[in-house]
Amino acid sequence: MSYKSELYQQVILDHNKNPRNYRKIEDATSSCLGHNPLCGDRITVYLKLDADNKISDISFSGDGCAISKASASLMTTFVKGKSIDDVKVIFDEFHKMIIGELDTGKTGHHLGKLTIFEGVREYPARTKCASLAWHTLKCSLEKKGETTME
Amino acid sequence: MGLRWFLFASDKTALNEKMTKTLFNMEKIRADFPMLSVKVRGKPYIYLDNAATTHKPLSVIEGIRRFDSEEYATVRRGAYLLGEKATSMFESVRERVARFINAENPSEIVFTSGTTQSINLVAYSFGRKFIGSGDEVIISHIEHHANILPWQILCSEKDAKLKVIPVADNGELIMEEYEKLLSEKTKIVAVTHASNVLGTIPPVREIVGLAKKVGAKTLIDGAQAAPHIKVDVKGLGCDFYVFSGHKMYGPTGVGVLYGRREVLETMPPYITGGEMIVTVTMEKSTYAKPPMRFEAGTPPVSQVIGLGYAIDYINSIGMDRIQAHEHELLEYATATLGKIPGLTIIGNAREKAALISFTLKNAHPHDVITILDEYGIAVRGGHHCAQPVMQRFGVPATTRASFSFYNKKEEIDALVEGLKKVIVFFS
Ligand SMILES: Cc1ncc(COP(=O)(O)O)c(C=O)c1O
Repeated sequence: MSYKSELYQQVILDHNKNPRNYRKIEDATSSCLGHNPLCGDRITVYLKLDADNKISDISFSGDGCAISKASASLMTTFVKGKSIDDVKVIFDEFHKMIIGELDTGKTGHHLGKLTIFEGVREYPARTKCASLAWHTLKCSLEKKGETTME
Repeated sequence: MGLRWFLFASDKTALNEKMTKTLFNMEKIRADFPMLSVKVRGKPYIYLDNAATTHKPLSVIEGIRRFDSEEYATVRRGAYLLGEKATSMFESVRERVARFINAENPSEIVFTSGTTQSINLVAYSFGRKFIGSGDEVIISHIEHHANILPWQILCSEKDAKLKVIPVADNGELIMEEYEKLLSEKTKIVAVTHASNVLGTIPPVREIVGLAKKVGAKTLIDGAQAAPHIKVDVKGLGCDFYVFSGHKMYGPTGVGVLYGRREVLETMPPYITGGEMIVTVTMEKSTYAKPPMRFEAGTPPVSQVIGLGYAIDYINSIGMDRIQAHEHELLEYATATLGKIPGLTIIGNAREKAALISFTLKNAHPHDVITILDEYGIAVRGGHHCAQPVMQRFGVPATTRASFSFYNKKEEIDALVEGLKKVIVFFS
């Protein structure tokens, strides 16, 4: 019997193997290095904002587990073209979803395909893996340069 | 004895002879440990995280229950019967610990809360008195954070220098480099008896001998050794030896600091308060002799009693048989895991404790442990509180399987099957 799981959806496995926007943006408006000392994961998120404060380009580099890599990859595809205000709403909803405070089947949300990470709520040890990219994006928007997950 | 056995191991006939002699009734031993028959997600619990903590045999669980429900009293206080009985039980554990590690005298055994506190005690008490500006402390590159941070802080406070014995690619300490680090400036050398990440068992006797030549004191971190290797502090000649109860089938919250009497006597108290004094006036106090000087406050009485039963249990099986069986598990695991394509074992020291750290080509340790967990297999993934080791070997984390005498080859087979599924899943 091969392994199947609620956590590792096919899309997640695909983004882990073929991460999208996995590159450095040389002329980024800002970037941030996110670090999860618990598992050693490190990713950098690069951002380019246009005049209207919309994300015109976003990418990431670094290494981590399948969940953190897939989460970073999907995040970059999802927030490209969105405004900073939209991203803040999505960040909050995403965070609530993975800690089990937002049931996407019952409550309205703006998470779209990101709901494939809903399974993470059954794995409390892995929530930081899923949220590392998002904290790093937030850090990059706030131009802090570096963030460490507590 | 530890070293002798490892020499034996290279000789196949001796190994086979030893194995037949050491064959013990696995199912009978496993029945002593209630946690080993627990089910996880309806599957048998395969516990391969013994370097983190070990399970307790019934004799420990039952012994603590009996003490707490029929014999309980605090120690060294009341002159009532149960108080005296508890005190004599408590002190008999000190004697059993002393015998267990072949210390000269029970007064050389200080009870602490664990390895971490034991090392901090030495760094604060011995360190602050005897280490000053320009002095040097030597540790190794394969230490647990518990044997790095207390020395780092001490050195930065005292303007002393922290020097590090480098580690070779196979996980062994580079002894020629160690010799070069030693000088009359060296005040203490603190190294592990068995690495919790690489399994490396450094040549501690030699390390201690060389330190003595320059007049340096020595501390051996036995957290991973005391449960698995016959420890002989007199034979080693070390000044301090430290370990934890919860990694040797005993309770959490109790650990041991062995200190050579002449050295303990020169040391000031670490934590102060009740029980560690001779007289106290508002102006001045005089301190008790070791070990009481270092045991301020009410000690963890039930836990110490439990540690005594854990030592009795280990003795009842016999360290020779424990070492032989665990070595057999290590050889078996090294051979079977080593055949998995894409799996790299980190740490191949010639003398190695029964644990294996590894990386998988396409799977991060965090994903590995999550998937193994769904099969009821408990292993550890991460940096194992030894980040410098991760940096040295250029990996962010490893997966680690660590064995105990109560593990079976079948459990290693289950691990191998689980890992094969992980590989298929991420390919
Ligand atoms: C080599 C080593 N030293 C020290 C420690 C710290 O032990 P404790 O947490 O019981 O104080 C450990 C525990 O993992 C260890 O493996």
